[in-house]
Amino acid sequence: MDLAFTKEEVAFREEVRAFFRDNVPPDTRRKMQEGRHLSKDEMVTWWRILNKKGWGVSHWPKEYGGTGWTSVQHYIFNEELQSYPAPQPLAFGVSMVGPVIYTFGNEAQKKQYLPRIANVDDWWCQGFSEPGSGSDLASLRTKAERKGDKWIINGQKTWTTLAQHADMIFCLCRTDPSAKKQMGISFIVFSMKSKGVTVRPIQTIDGGHEVNEVFFDNVEVPIENLIGEENKGWDYAKFLLGNERTGIARVGVSKERLRRIKELASKVESGGRPVIQDPAFRERLSACEIELKALELTQLRVVADEGKHGKGKPNPASSVLKIKGSEIQQTTTELLMEVIGPFAAPYDVHGDDGSNEAMDWTAQIAPSYFNNRKVSIYGGSNEIQRNIIAKAVLGL
Amino acid sequence: MDFDLSEEQRLLKESIDGLLTDSYDFEQRKKYMKEKGGWSKAVWSKLAEQGLLGLPFTEADGGFGAGGVETMIVMEALGKALVLEPYLATVVIGGGFLRHGGSAEQKAAHIPGIIDGSKTLAFAQLEKNSRYDLFDVTTTAKKKGAGWVIDGEKFVVLNGENADTLIVTARTKGERRDRNGIGVFLVPADAKGISKKGYPTQDGLHAADISFTGVEVGSDAAIGNPEDALDLIERVVDEARIALCAEAVGAMDESLKETVEYIKTRKQFGVAIGSFQSLQHRASDMFVAAEQARSMSMFATMAGDFEDAKERASAIAAAKVQIGKSLKFVGQQSIQLHGGIGMTMEAKIGHYFKRLTMIENTFGDTEYHLRRVADAGGLI
Repeated sequence: MDLAFTKEEVAFREEVRAFFRDNVPPDTRRKMQEGRHLSKDEMVTWWRILNKKGWGVSHWPKEYGGTGWTSVQHYIFNEELQSYPAPQPLAFGVSMVGPVIYTFGNEAQKKQYLPRIANVDDWWCQGFSEPGSGSDLASLRTKAERKGDKWIINGQKTWTTLAQHADMIFCLCRTDPSAKKQMGISFIVFSMKSKGVTVRPIQTIDGGHEVNEVFFDNVEVPIENLIGEENKGWDYAKFLLGNERTGIARVGVSKERLRRIKELASKVESGGRPVIQDPAFRERLSACEIELKALELTQLRVVADEGKHGKGKPNPASSVLKIKGSEIQQTTTELLMEVIGPFAAPYDVHGDDGSNEAMDWTAQIAPSYFNNRKVSIYGGSNEIQRNIIAKAVLGL
Repeated sequence: MDFDLSEEQRLLKESIDGLLTDSYDFEQRKKYMKEKGGWSKAVWSKLAEQGLLGLPFTEADGGFGAGGVETMIVMEALGKALVLEPYLATVVIGGGFLRHGGSAEQKAAHIPGIIDGSKTLAFAQLEKNSRYDLFDVTTTAKKKGAGWVIDGEKFVVLNGENADTLIVTARTKGERRDRNGIGVFLVPADAKGISKKGYPTQDGLHAADISFTGVEVGSDAAIGNPEDALDLIERVVDEARIALCAEAVGAMDESLKETVEYIKTRKQFGVAIGSFQSLQHRASDMFVAAEQARSMSMFATMAGDFEDAKERASAIAAAKVQIGKSLKFVGQQSIQLHGGIGMTMEAKIGHYFKRLTMIENTFGDTEYHLRRVADAGGLI
């Protein structure tokens, strides 16, 4: 048992840090520190810098552009990326559909899609959830009917993150209505520019526009856009969801936010002294840091285990990471609310244009708090994660 | 980075788990509690035979030169079996003072007896008003000739009733809460002027309140610098905290296991109560709490070797906070999920709860350590 990084790993961390320092556009970093939304251009610009360096799809197999890093290196990279902070690669392309395509797709599909995912030539979005299918995803009703050499797709998806930017969607569609729930689903990809696709924004409680409703009205999709086998889509979806194990803890994100809390709490005053000097506040802050340290260690245990025993099947420990990781992210936004106090109230009258630098950061704190309620809901709500632990770990 | 046990460590784990499986089930434990002193000399001898009492001592001192991970393995196992024998008091704390501060003569005089199981130790530190502050010492050690005279009262001295040798903190100069002027002294338990009042503790262990009235010891009694031993005390107590974290992890593991087994078999409304989602979620939360505790126990074990004393102290305090929170949740919910039976002395689960609860209040509770972490500026 040895918790220290090796000399090589420390050197790698320095290399990653130096690269971020020299290459992340400063405005992008600042906006992220302030909890602002980035424009599509800002994100794509950074991801292409990353891809040029060869780190855009780091965890893919080498033959498709991956790095061949160890689990620990991946961990270090993600941690540094999150805590710098800089945008993480677009999960929908890089972590979700990419691995499904290189694992289950045919050669033509690999050639066609993978390089474009890596360079974000196509922005991908995820067509899973539906209005009637949240945690019970397998009850989805969007259907794809085969007609000659085309799929005809009808139905509706929802919570489609950043679909307003998307060029492509990967979609779970019911292809065999007579089969049992999980059996008749297929994994189909198609262009968001197709005729019959309508994207309607959903404004969330923070005032932001991250998610959308997407409607399909007789959308015609070439038959070769089916990934893998017909009616096997549920297996691919499970594979995809089980793939993201350790990133979900978002330890680096919380670390960065805790640093920011400390910085702000030493500027903002309460009772005639900086908030950070209030012992009760400091204890709440430390309690959160301790939870995060424990989570970081738990995550390292999962990473080390992955490195030793391979990435085979989904590890139920990832449910622990999801539950604790989301709780801690939410606590950090609560602490920020506490720091800012009454100045949480003003709505962002200045917009995202940076025109009022002095006050802009305060206006993002309440929205960030509101927005972070999502983290215990998405990706399998924390209640679903508890079901997974009860069944898969405790055998209940 | 590596969380796996080495081959030797795996064998150690198998050996102690095996020993305790054979000789420490709940019924056997009840018998040991009734033996003189409240624990089993036979089990203690077995621990000695397997070399477990000599683990942390150097080979030159007759031990095995094992490190923190080995102690963690042993303490987890002891926690699982709710072991009553004074491993913490004798090997971890007593042995810790000798290892980190003892002279060659002191080591030679005491370590062989620890290793062969013939002698046990106790750490007389807590005072009426000192609570968790290790530097809050009113017991005095005054110079007399070449030796010292000790006066004062110590409370809840674990294994204090049975120990052959007491390790006593006493002030050689300065005021009650001064950080310097504190010494650590080896005192034979039968020295003139010592009076002991022994009693069982809530968790089935044994402790004693001990008063020292004009107790004379020689010049060779002081471990380390008699006027400035606080660093030594903090170091050894940190190791005790690390050990308690591991013991708690073992006890939590067993509590969770027992509880899950119980709700799988207990039937109400015609079904196993473990089929109810509210209970499943509670058990899942217990699992999460136990895993977070395990992570921090490992962290504390590693931190024991940190060069920087401040960093070490914060890390171990942080671990004690996490363990404190986790053990409270796991302990309380274990009782809750057992229902009425969990309230009975007859069921094992309540005994885990009691030991876990006492661990929280040993060498600093959750609030105490949280304040330490906060005052040190946090972990990030």
